[in-house]
Amino acid sequence: MSNHEYTPSSKFGKWFNDRLPLLTLANHLTDYPTPKNLNYWWTFGGILTFCLITQIVTGLVLAMHYIAHADMAFSSVEHIMRDVNYGWLLRYVHANGASMFFLAVYIHIFRSLFYGSYKSPREIIWILGIIIYLLMMAAAFMGYVLPWGQMSFWGATVITNLFSAIPLVGESITTWLWGGYSVDNPTLTRFFTLHYLIPFLILGLVVLHIWALHVPGNNNPVGIDIKKPSKDTVPFHPYIVIKDAFALLMFCIVFALFVFYQPNILGHADNYIEADPLVTPAHIVPEWYLLPFYAILRSVPDKLMGVVAMLSAILILAALPWLDTSKVRSAVFRPLFRQFYWILVADVLILGYVGAMPAEGLYLLIARVATAYYFAHFLIILPVLGWKEKTTPLPLSITEPVLGGSPNFATARIDEKIQKTIK
Amino acid sequence: MSDQKDEKKTNRRDFLFTATAAAGAVGVGAAVWPLVDQMNPDASVKALASTEVDVSSMQPGQSLTVLWRGKPVFIKRRTEDEIKKARTVDINDLKHPEKDEDRAKNPEWLVMLGICTHLGCVPLTDKGDYDGWFCPCHGSHYDTSGRIRKGPAPTNMEIPKYEFVNTNTIKIG
Repeated sequence: MSNHEYTPSSKFGKWFNDRLPLLTLANHLTDYPTPKNLNYWWTFGGILTFCLITQIVTGLVLAMHYIAHADMAFSSVEHIMRDVNYGWLLRYVHANGASMFFLAVYIHIFRSLFYGSYKSPREIIWILGIIIYLLMMAAAFMGYVLPWGQMSFWGATVITNLFSAIPLVGESITTWLWGGYSVDNPTLTRFFTLHYLIPFLILGLVVLHIWALHVPGNNNPVGIDIKKPSKDTVPFHPYIVIKDAFALLMFCIVFALFVFYQPNILGHADNYIEADPLVTPAHIVPEWYLLPFYAILRSVPDKLMGVVAMLSAILILAALPWLDTSKVRSAVFRPLFRQFYWILVADVLILGYVGAMPAEGLYLLIARVATAYYFAHFLIILPVLGWKEKTTPLPLSITEPVLGGSPNFATARIDEKIQKTIK
Repeated sequence: MSDQKDEKKTNRRDFLFTATAAAGAVGVGAAVWPLVDQMNPDASVKALASTEVDVSSMQPGQSLTVLWRGKPVFIKRRTEDEIKKARTVDINDLKHPEKDEDRAKNPEWLVMLGICTHLGCVPLTDKGDYDGWFCPCHGSHYDTSGRIRKGPAPTNMEIPKYEFVNTNTIKIG
């Protein structure tokens, strides 16, 4: 990408780099040409890496004190909270860290949706991202089961029962997942194992995600292809590093507010009651980051179709690069798409809200309309918009509109000049 | 020679490839199966297959919840009124048509898995629009025979295998 001719300055560096080109890799990462107009929405990749590392480090030390057994899990978590040195801090950082992780990933995803970052030639980056997101949901769900409270137990029961909707083999799959005839100790121990494994799978996929990103390079707010390196780019270090660091600092302030002032506000009080297989809590709700999908599940009256709808809502994202037929990436130049984009954002927020409410009456009706709209956005609106929409003119480079006023004026003026000179 | 060029001939090497791949697939399958099957219920879980319950102290209208294979089982001694309600329903009105006579052999006693067939929550007893059970999770209503009447659950609550060992004891499983 950048400088293939890189040679380390020291003799030892050269000797080492000839045998394992780590220094070439480091050089590529620091010199990596980045569009110079990246805004703060582009800092969430770095923030997400921070979130992943935080979860792995705090998770690792929590596992030193946690006991994965149905009889002891609940009290071992209380032991962490009360007895272990800084245990309260580690657990609150880990639990709220999951929420912060999802907050950052949703911003990251919606940034891609706005600026068309999923479009050619970045489809593989996008699909890797969807896989990471799916694994994140699996890890978060299993992590929520580990404290073995009432919400842990009944959340696990409801989610594993989704598999029983599969015709013919559903019941056997559910029994296989449980390792018994209900959620019990075998379920807890395997969830702990998988909860420990998944973050490392995510880490591997993140490496692929960044690798795939470094092939075409970053998309940017105007969404045009740029020459690299050129006047339109700046080296990753120090320009992007310092911007990412500042954004991370701001993010950590929000993170700290939750950890130190409202550590339980995103959780559910019922999870401080030990799991009881004979009593279902009056109102089962998943964690906030899964609520839109929960709303979709409940909006369909049929069990199997509800599960299918919920899974499709996530998997439809993988097909997005092909569903969006517009050649223009950035919503900045797509006046109609921009409006539909904000309607989609509102739609997902509404789904999240009704997902937390009981599935009856008006809430159910709203959930059904919002579910229908969610699918319509991807299956009808986006493909049609690509054909019908009149996009505004794209600038020729990132630098051009900055030096020549607004993008539309700039291109118009250049056209004028050309016409004058022709005359 | 030209004939051989045009048609792709199956030769001994192709046979070797296929045979090797087939043997390999069987080997991998045999090696993977223990890794998959270890997750199924183990011998100690299967050993807890049956439970005996003493119901001598139960009055009509009372219900009891016992744990069998880690799942709640409802035992309900139904009142005359509840039995009548369950038996007078038109079977064609039901989402999952089952006669109460088939669900409760002894009309006074209803024994069933206390698990909502939607997503596995435990329904609340003597609640809901049909005075039977009501699942608080996603709003399924069951009648006095444990049959689904309203809500997202696809089927009636399951009747486990059980028998009266004597007049006072029910053996589940």
